[in-house]
Parts: sequence; C-alpha cells; structure tokens
Amino acid sequence: MSQEATTFPRQHYLREGWDLRSWLLTTDHKRIGFLYLVSITVMFALGSFYAALVRWNLLVPDGSLLSAEAYNKAFTAHGVIMVFFFLIPSIPATLGNFLIPLMIGARDLAFPKINLLSWYIYVIGAALTLYALLAGGLDTGWTFYTPYSTVFAQSNVELAAVGIFIAGFSSILTGLNFIVTIHKMRAPGLTWFRMPLFVWAHYATSIIQVLGTPVVAITILLVALERIFHFGFFDPNRGGDPILFQHLFWFYSHPAVYIMILPSMGVVSEIITCFSRKRIFGYGFIAMSSLAIAAIGFLVWAHHMFVTGMAVYSAMVFSALTYLVAVPSAIKTFNWTATLYRGSVKWDTPMIYVFCFIGLFLIGGLTGLFLGNLGTDIHLTDTYFVVAHFHYIMVGGAIMGYLGGLHFWWPKITGRKYIEAWGKVSSLLIFVGFNLTFFPQFVLGYLGMPRRYYVYPDEFQVLNVLSTAGATILGLGYLFPFSYLTHSIFRGEPAGENPWGAKGLEWATQSPPLTHNFETVPVVTEEAYDYASAPKEAVRV
Amino acid sequence: MNRSFPLWPEQAASASGEVDALFLFILGVTGLFALGIWVALFYLAIRYRRRSDDERPAEIHGSLVLELTWTIVPFLIMSAMFVWGAKVYFHMNRPPDDAMTVSVVGKRWMWKLQHPTGQREINELHVPVGRAVRLVITSEDAIHSFFVPAFRIKKDAVPGRYNVAWFRATRIGTYHLFCAEYCGTEHSRMIGRVVVMEPEAYQTWLAGGPAPESPVLAGERLFTELNCITCHRPDSAGRGPVLAGIFGRPVSLRSGETVLADEAYVRESIVAPAAKVVGGYQPVMPTYQGQVSEEQLIALVAYIQSLQVPTEPRPEPGGGATVR
Repeated sequence: MSQEATTFPRQHYLREGWDLRSWLLTTDHKRIGFLYLVSITVMFALGSFYAALVRWNLLVPDGSLLSAEAYNKAFTAHGVIMVFFFLIPSIPATLGNFLIPLMIGARDLAFPKINLLSWYIYVIGAALTLYALLAGGLDTGWTFYTPYSTVFAQSNVELAAVGIFIAGFSSILTGLNFIVTIHKMRAPGLTWFRMPLFVWAHYATSIIQVLGTPVVAITILLVALERIFHFGFFDPNRGGDPILFQHLFWFYSHPAVYIMILPSMGVVSEIITCFSRKRIFGYGFIAMSSLAIAAIGFLVWAHHMFVTGMAVYSAMVFSALTYLVAVPSAIKTFNWTATLYRGSVKWDTPMIYVFCFIGLFLIGGLTGLFLGNLGTDIHLTDTYFVVAHFHYIMVGGAIMGYLGGLHFWWPKITGRKYIEAWGKVSSLLIFVGFNLTFFPQFVLGYLGMPRRYYVYPDEFQVLNVLSTAGATILGLGYLFPFSYLTHSIFRGEPAGENPWGAKGLEWATQSPPLTHNFETVPVVTEEAYDYASAPKEAVRV
Repeated sequence: MNRSFPLWPEQAASASGEVDALFLFILGVTGLFALGIWVALFYLAIRYRRRSDDERPAEIHGSLVLELTWTIVPFLIMSAMFVWGAKVYFHMNRPPDDAMTVSVVGKRWMWKLQHPTGQREINELHVPVGRAVRLVITSEDAIHSFFVPAFRIKKDAVPGRYNVAWFRATRIGTYHLFCAEYCGTEHSRMIGRVVVMEPEAYQTWLAGGPAPESPVLAGERLFTELNCITCHRPDSAGRGPVLAGIFGRPVSLRSGETVLADEAYVRESIVAPAAKVVGGYQPVMPTYQGQVSEEQLIALVAYIQSLQVPTEPRPEPGGGATVR
C-alpha cells in the first residue's frame, strides 16, 4: 500500500462539471455508472423499506400491523423493486459500466449514447413502476402469475407491467453494449484468455440479458394486453393456458438469477486474487463455467413448476438439468478456495465480503439441490425454504459481491479511501443480520409455512421473531456503508492510483480516472492476475 | 398441530418418511460439503495471512487433476440425489389402484371437497387412516395449491385442469391444510385441516348428517337435465359417441391421434368439445363452458366413469385414471 502522501489528481472525470447538464447529458461510461449507482441506491432503499414492512408485520401471527391488502402490496413492491430495479442492474450497470472499458483498456463503451439511453429508459421504467406501486399499488407478487394477475387482481397491473417492459430494454441495451465492447475494443495484447474474469462474467451475463429479457418483457406485456383487451392467452375459459405464463416467465426469470449472481462471481475473482496476491486457480475453468452457467441456465426453468401438474418425465428432465447447472458453480467455489493456498491473504473489507459471499452463496447453492430434487421440492416449493434459498443467493451472494466490489473499486471510482475499521464492523453486522434473518426461514419452510402468508399458525412465531430481529440488524447494517462511503467522497484521504496493489488495467491509471481513462492506449503483455511478477510502477510499495 | 416451537414437521402419511429420509441424505451430503469448504477457506485464509507487505507468493496456475476431480465427484454425488428424488417423485405421482377419490375444488378463498359417497366439506377433509386417498384437484378461479405439510404433499389447483395427488395417512390426528400458491387478498386464510380418523370412526362420520347424493347419481341426473342423453345414447344411433366403457381406455380421434379417456379428457370434451373429436364423428357438440360448475363437471365425469359396457365386470369406482 502507498506509504507516501498521495495527492488528489487535478484532472479527472468528475471535474467535467457538477451542474445538472453535465450529468444528464454525459456519455462518459464512468459518469453513467455513477448515475446508475445513485438510482439503484434509491431503489434499494425503497425495496428495503417494503421488506421492513413485511418483516415487521410477521412479528405476530395475526398480522396486526398491516391489512391483508397492504401486506400483499408490500411484498409485491419489495420483490418488483429489488429484482427488476436493483438486483438485475446492480453490478453490471454500476461497476460493469464503470470498469469494463477501464479493464480492457478502452476509452469508453462501444456505444456511449446508447449507454446513456439505457439509463434514461431505466429511469422511465422505474418511474412508471413506482407510480403504479405507490398510487394504488400492485398485489400480484413480482411473479405476476396468471390468471390471478389477468382476471382477478384489482390493482395497478397494467401500469406496472408497462414499467417493467420498458425497463427491460435498458437491460438489453446494456448487455448489447457490453458484448460489442468486449469483442471489439480490447487493448492491444488483451487476448480473450488474458481478460479479467470480471469481464468474462459480464460477457456471460450480457448474453443472458440479450437473449432472455425480450421474453419476459413480451410476457409481462401480454399480461397487460390480456387485462385490457381480454385476448385469453392465459385464460382457460377462452382456450388459453395459465401454465403457459409460468413457462414464459421462468424462461427468463430463472436465467435472471444468473444475471444477478454471475457479475458477483466476477467481482469475487478480482478481489480474491488481489487480496491473496495470487493468480487465480484454474482461470480457464472459472471463465468457461460462467458461460456454462449462462447456457445451461436457459434449460432449467420448469423446476419452478414441479407441482403444477407437469408430466412426470418432463419434470425429471428439468430436475436433471438443474443438477447439471450446479456443477459449474461448484467448480468456481473450489477454484476460489484453492486460490488462497500459499497466498498472502489480507483481511481487508472487500476480502471479508468475499468470504461472506463464498460462505453464503455456498448455502444458497446447496439448498438449491433440495429444490431441484423432485422428491423434496414437492414439500418445499412455495414455502419459506424457497424464500430463504433465493435470499441466500441474491442477498448472501449477489449483494455481498456488490458490496465487496463497491468497497474494492470505491477508491478508483471516487479517488478517496473510506475508513477501513467502519468497513469491517459493518460487514460483520451485515453478515450476522443476514443469517439471523434468513436461516430460520429454512426451518420454517421445512415445517411447512407457505410464502406470501400474512397471518400464520402460532407455532411458527418464534422463528418469525428471530427472522424479524435479524432483518432489523441487517437494515441497520446497510446504513453504515451508505454513511461512511458518502462521507469519504468529501472527507476521505486521496487513494492514489492503486491502493490495494492490484493488477488489472483499471489500476494503471489515476483515481479517479481521466475522462478518457488512459493518457495512452495501454498494451497488455501479461496474463491476468500476474501477481508473482514485479509490481508495476503504478504500485508504489 | 399446536406444539409451541417445533423444529421438524410431523410425519403423518406414507410419503412423509420417504421425503424426510431423502431430505436428511441431501442435508448430510451438502452439510459435509459446506463444512469442508468453510474449514478449508478459513484455514487457508489464516494459515496464509499476509505477514509482510513485501510477500510475493509463487504462482500456481491450477491443476487439471484437481479440476476434473471436483467436477466429476460432485456430478456423481448429485446424480445419486437426482435418481433418489426421481424415484420418490415417481411414487408420489402413481396413486395405487385401490385409492378412494376425493375431489378438490379451490375457490378464492376456500377448499371445497367431496367424498366418493357424496359428502361435501369445506376447508376440512376427513379421511380414514391407512386408506389411500386420491385427490383430483382443480380450481374455479386463480391457481391455488393444495398443501398438507404433515403428508409432504402439494399439488397446484389449476383452472381448466385436473391435477392428481395422493396420500395414505398413517397417523390419527388433525393436520394443517394450506393454500401454497398466492391467490390474492385472503390467500393466507385459505387454510383448513385434514382429520385422520380410525376407519370405523370415518364410517360413523360418513353416516352422520343427511344422506347426500353421490357424484355418480348427481352426474346421471345432470346428464339428462343438460340433454347430453339426446346425442350420447346408450345405443350407437346417437349423433355422439357411445360413452359406456370408454373411461380409462384409449380413444382414436379424427385427427388420427389417440388419447386416453381420463378425467381431464372427459372434462375437456364437455367444455371444449371441438378440441379432440372422436374419429367418425362431426364436431357438432356445443360447448358447455360457463353452463356447468366445476363440481357439476366432476359429477358428470364420475357418472361417465361409472358407465361400463354391460358384459364386463364393473371395476372399483374411483380407480383407473392416470396422471396427465
């Protein structure tokens, strides 16, 4: 780490101006990343607020805090906001946007204006959806299952559907932009197998975004059209089939889980190498496993539907494929662990988040084996076991990765250091709060407590109280990074080019970077994570 | 049902033990696996912690042997899990032939059940211990899901479809019945209970209350009232096919395909007659969509199921159909 006093650079991308116009008309991928960071933080806060309503209502079995309608609208709002407006854009739109050009030695993404357009589309989609959620509300659950959503729901389905439809294009455009950028704009010498694994992970994610999002966008639009024009796609009384909706919905929404988790896996590969000063163990296997997850992930959707009355043999095929998709995740986990072997491991905040990620993603992934299993899924599906499982993946995995990445690249993004002690304390708080919230839910699920219940039998209360207590700790835990990271923008010490002694082109330029990222086009002569070779001049030891 | 702080669900049906054994197997394997990774992670992270800022560890690229090991071994273990799970699932989806059929109709926000002898119940199901009970499940409105945790069974009630589940209760007692698929405002109040009784107590329970009309008799009455009988005559002179003896048998369609005449097919032929017309007949039957309730449809299906070709021995009512 840098010992000499580092000075803050005079010229950088944030200096292009602080007026509204300079932000709202920017085509700089770094500024757009910042715009996304602010937007998704707002959405995360809103989603957390709804989560708090849900958890506090469940403190008592008779639902005395909210009415049934309000509860249903609260869990729907929580799901819609967190999935479509926080988790899906989270790492790709912020860190991906900021870092991919830097990591591959480019001046910007391939289509800077489309990048800005994608943010505007996101904001328009989010605004419409939020309006639908706040004015009247939505009570279909984020899954919009038909025929409830098409025939029976009295809430703001059409507007929310249109909002989500619009936001989908933001995701498609970002994916498209990344794919083209990664193909065409790599610096001289940066071959495919020298790329950082963060870039590989985003490549796989982008493929899913481009291929999957149109399906869900159209499907949700069909729900809106069916409500308005009564077409009957999903209405058995008009010759339609409500189960068709589930096939179309999960065809995207299962791969969407990989949209959330793959970028986090990319973050983990970057951090674990830096903080153990080791080349990643099994680079090729980690890179290819991302692609394998993206490919097989498209073939497992019906494992959400084992109790809908599907044919026994097709259920078996989907179960087998589900087991297959677990293999590449296992490969990654083993390789990360092996990377530590004979390393030089430093327990800084980003690395602690990586440990959290591996530990929790492991539980999330392994509990998926219970749900992919035909014998146990029948009992477990639609219970709190599922709720716990996907929160271990999406919060324990995706958000831990996001927080790790945010801490790791914060000095690059802002040019400032945050206070390390605060980072450590809050990661611990988040870890404890998270487990206390969601571990009891596994037990609740096996006991048989169905999800989306606003009142429940008395015997489930103790576990629900534990879960609510955990959620309260978790919520407080999230306030810490928000505060000290914001504080560091104004008061933090200058970070210097490369405070962690990390490899990768993003560390070979100043922090915060220049508007055009590099003064000269960098030439890559080494493989990724070449920590054994002498540190570059950028690293001032 | 009213234990204050349970950590394991009650076992009250034949599938409970099977599912629990499989669950414990997966729990054991994944638990060991997770423990192994955590221990390795923390051992390595502490053993190789950075002691000086100048450390430059030697590089290790990877190992093909290790990669193959940790690809193939998990794959084999997971294959075993899959096969075991598939076996349990297969069993869960094959009701025994001697099962008694109870019809289940989900409606926001209640469960309507009917016994083969005609007794109706709402949000409560009385069953004899030891007897296989086959549930034919459908819905009048949104999708619901019939879930009895103590039996480890769950099946969606989907409008327009008949789904089948079955259980054999093994313990006398009262157990939760939940709706597990979100269906709107009072979803969490769409609950009830399953009462497992001694067979004699069940017989006494059946005999209590006014003698109901059995589904077969109700179906027979509807068959006349709805004028089905004018075309589907017992001789072959009607405009529609003769229905006696078709149930549970393959039917050749005009399209050249063959379908099994199960509950779902008979239901579909009433509400959407043009979908699968029997070979040799014209698609002239009008739809009865909207004119008959789900319960009436179930009665009609039961009646058609009861119609047998006179020369053949009459099989046990309620058996014979298969899962769609």
